[in-house]
Amino acid sequence: MTSPLLVSLKLALVTSCLLFVIGMPLAYWLAFTRFRLRFLVESVVSLPIVLPPTVLGFYLLLEFGSRGWLGAFWERFTGHTLAFSFEGLVLGSIVYSLPFAVQPFTAALASVDSRLLAASASLGASRWRTFWRITFPLALPGIIAGFALSFAHTLGEFGVVLMLGGNIAGRTQTASIAIYDNVQMLDYQAAARQSITLLAISFALLVIINALNRKWNWRLR
Amino acid sequence: MNASESLHVEIYLPLQKFQLDCSFQAGCEVVVLFGPSGAGKTSVLDCIAGFRQPQRGRITLGNRTLFSSLDGSDIPVRQRRIGYLSQQPALFPHLSVRQNIGYGLLDMPTEERDARVDSILERFRITPLAASQPAMISGGEQQRVALARTLVCQPELLLLDEPLSALDLALKSLLLELLFDWQRERCVPMLYVTHEQAEAYSLSRRVLVMEAGRVVADGEPHQIFSAPVSRERAVLSGYENLFEVVVEETHPALGTMTCRVEGTTVRLESPLANKSAGEAACLALRAGDILIATNRPSGISARNILDGRISEIEDRSAMVELHVLCGGGSGAETGFCVHITRGALQNLDLQTGQTVWLIIKTHSIQFLRI
Repeated sequence: MTSPLLVSLKLALVTSCLLFVIGMPLAYWLAFTRFRLRFLVESVVSLPIVLPPTVLGFYLLLEFGSRGWLGAFWERFTGHTLAFSFEGLVLGSIVYSLPFAVQPFTAALASVDSRLLAASASLGASRWRTFWRITFPLALPGIIAGFALSFAHTLGEFGVVLMLGGNIAGRTQTASIAIYDNVQMLDYQAAARQSITLLAISFALLVIINALNRKWNWRLR
Repeated sequence: MNASESLHVEIYLPLQKFQLDCSFQAGCEVVVLFGPSGAGKTSVLDCIAGFRQPQRGRITLGNRTLFSSLDGSDIPVRQRRIGYLSQQPALFPHLSVRQNIGYGLLDMPTEERDARVDSILERFRITPLAASQPAMISGGEQQRVALARTLVCQPELLLLDEPLSALDLALKSLLLELLFDWQRERCVPMLYVTHEQAEAYSLSRRVLVMEAGRVVADGEPHQIFSAPVSRERAVLSGYENLFEVVVEETHPALGTMTCRVEGTTVRLESPLANKSAGEAACLALRAGDILIATNRPSGISARNILDGRISEIEDRSAMVELHVLCGGGSGAETGFCVHITRGALQNLDLQTGQTVWLIIKTHSIQFLRI
């Protein structure tokens, strides 16, 4: 049986990797578009920051259930419901952590000096080459920060998981839910053990990210 | 000059303050685009480079149409093969000098690319910097690398937007030499934007003057700068003193006129212009063309000798700027700006409040278009 901590780590890793894939094109568009209604898209992306996780979880639960459009579609193809599954948790976490990846990505891409992008274009580089050779490496600290934030945010997720995952041990029971359970059962020792582990992982992650950023900025100075 | 290498520009683009509306051609030559800040010079370059789209017009380079509003063609920046260099070197900070210079040649086989980069590194005398990151080299070296990076791609047109204005004189002349050698060798058109008259003189035999989005003059520098025609260009050309005057008397036989600075009793003798008594006019006078005397001079050919009081002495490192108030009495005072050397300041021991005489030759006064 997978321990709650491993479920959490797996969920955080899968979510942040998928958020990188989904979030980068979205962030690129947000950073460089001249579309006038951009702020509407930005607002939708930021919504999970202000929404209580239970509200978000509730809507996702409805959508992921057998009567939801996405849930029904998923059930037809896989034979099991999206709600109360690990895949459901991943999808929920993507929505929940989206702003924590997309906002740093967007800020990082937009902060790259436009004169460098103009220079790249006038030296004959395509957009694709400009992105991979200039924009991406220069935005890397912000991209790493976005990756780390979405990882850490998913690691500490509680409300959405509780609504969507149903607390199935070994499959959808994450560390934060296990801690809550242990406190409910007055097993403070187990709760303390799990809490300190989560604290240590989060802290270590932030230390590594900040150290990397420092080194990177030093190189560019 | 080869027609297949020439640049034809016709652009119309409404900007915030005025409309960019100009057309010109350039062959295998250096053309200086001269004008005050905000005259639209950079916008012209941006349209040619492809960073901005004109509302109407046509831009061709050799037999390629880069932009045409008629058939809707608009070649992307990366395919225009135009070198663009501005005051900022815009080097890629995460790449070494060598990688920066080789950036435009990435589609080439490695060996050929290395050879081209090596040769330009040597020519620009920056081989020792090849492995450095841009942040580790000086501003002048960065600009040299940026120029090498632009030229190594062998552009078919060079656009330079005040590329050397942040550099000192020695470095500037070195880079200009490299630039001109290259231009002569490859024989491509080169547009050079500047707002410094001295630079415009030294760079080229052809100057296009831009004002508020239009090309208002096109010719050799000495033709253009000897007679300022508008107030903006007069200020730009180093005419620090501008006066609104009323013509009091004309002396056709002597080739002069007497003008009175409006609202004052200060009278100036100027060269004869197409004006009659009572008409208003505008005069321009260079601060460096005014002499200062501590005693009233006599036996002197200059026709304008005015007494005044020094109101301000400003040290400008290379020279000293004096503000002298003349006139007064029944009318308002007129301020003159005078440039003298530091040696002259020490020698004459000038102080604020001191009475001095200004000596102005008739023909150092210019008439402006109102």
